[in-house]
Amino acid sequence: MVTEQHIWQELAQVADPEIPTLSITEMGIVAAVELDPQRRSVCVKITPTFVGCPAIELIRREIEQRLMRLPLEEVRVEVTYDPPWNSNRLSPRARELLRNFGIAPPPEYAGTDFPLQLLQEAVPCPYCGGTNTVLQTPFGPTLCRALHYCYDCRQTFEQFKPV
Amino acid sequence: MPLPPPEALPALKDLLYRMADDALIIGHRHSEWTGLGPILEEDIAFSSIAQDKLGHAYALYQLLHELGEPEPDHAAFLRDAPQFRCCHLVEYPNGGYDFSLMRHLLFDLAEQWRYHLLERSSYEPLAQLARKVRGEIKYHVFHATQWVVHLGAQGTEESHERMQQALLQALPLALGIFEPSDFEEILVDYGIFPGERVLQSHWWETLLPILERAQLRVPPLETLTPAYGGRRGQHTEYLQPLLDEMTEVFRSDPTAQW
Repeated sequence: MVTEQHIWQELAQVADPEIPTLSITEMGIVAAVELDPQRRSVCVKITPTFVGCPAIELIRREIEQRLMRLPLEEVRVEVTYDPPWNSNRLSPRARELLRNFGIAPPPEYAGTDFPLQLLQEAVPCPYCGGTNTVLQTPFGPTLCRALHYCYDCRQTFEQFKPV
Repeated sequence: MPLPPPEALPALKDLLYRMADDALIIGHRHSEWTGLGPILEEDIAFSSIAQDKLGHAYALYQLLHELGEPEPDHAAFLRDAPQFRCCHLVEYPNGGYDFSLMRHLLFDLAEQWRYHLLERSSYEPLAQLARKVRGEIKYHVFHATQWVVHLGAQGTEESHERMQQALLQALPLALGIFEPSDFEEILVDYGIFPGERVLQSHWWETLLPILERAQLRVPPLETLTPAYGGRRGQHTEYLQPLLDEMTEVFRSDPTAQW
């Protein structure tokens, strides 16, 4: 019989299409798993990083394909904004993986509403660890990334931006 | 999905169409900067904001779909100008970077307040979307404010003058965002939305200190004639050509699977 744990194990194998070293569970995208063992049906609720995230459809399909391999009759994936995703939902391991991937993780903050002053604080460079850095622009190659510059190693780097 | 009381449904739909159409059309305008921005970072900024706006439009059309309206692609691509409920501000061509930036500030400041007020909407799906959108719009307002202040107060005489002219052009259009609605009372009574007048006064109070920092002269509100009509389907000459271009591919085969 399929248990919730099985479902979570499968979901942990689903990679984020834009940053494939991260799984959707480590990113905190999975909001809820509702399993009905009697009817062998499951509903996975995902909370997107950004409302306009183009990866959502890919993630939805990947979840469906994976879970359909389990002995289940019905697999549904629903997009929810409850709770709204924020960058504090990134797990400590996700932050570590981001850094190794060359993307600075976002600073953690108290509550669920990030203060804009955070953008003024230097973000440690993922390449050299230097803190002599500055935000160049909060808009990067994808909706969830900002661009910074490191004066220590003189390189531009990306940050998973605080939201 | 919880349904609103039937008597509030037309009012709710009207509000959602206003918001969705605004987001779709300004998103399209912003996307016209893709590849043409004055510097690479700004090109990316406008493109990213455009992507966010299309996301918001999609989410709002999705809410409308759950209330019995056509599916999002059809709502976006198969209606003609008179069926749109966007304000004139978002329809205007980009013009120069001055006008685009000023419009971006005036629009997003209103969006920020609108969604803030909607966080407590009695229509829970809209309240949830509003709480989600908060973090995104914060970046939009941050971007617009930074540039308007920079070019208004810290640039050259020319940049100051151009931002001043952009403000004078965009302000009456921006007042059209808050065009009164016949449904206002119902929205307030049912706790869906506190109304356009409340929104406008919050907007104005927050806008003035930003324009002051940008050292821009603000004409007295009572001397301005708001550009109304958009919320009733009366649009500028610019909307239909925009729609023709935006929908050309979709209309060539509306049943195609993408």
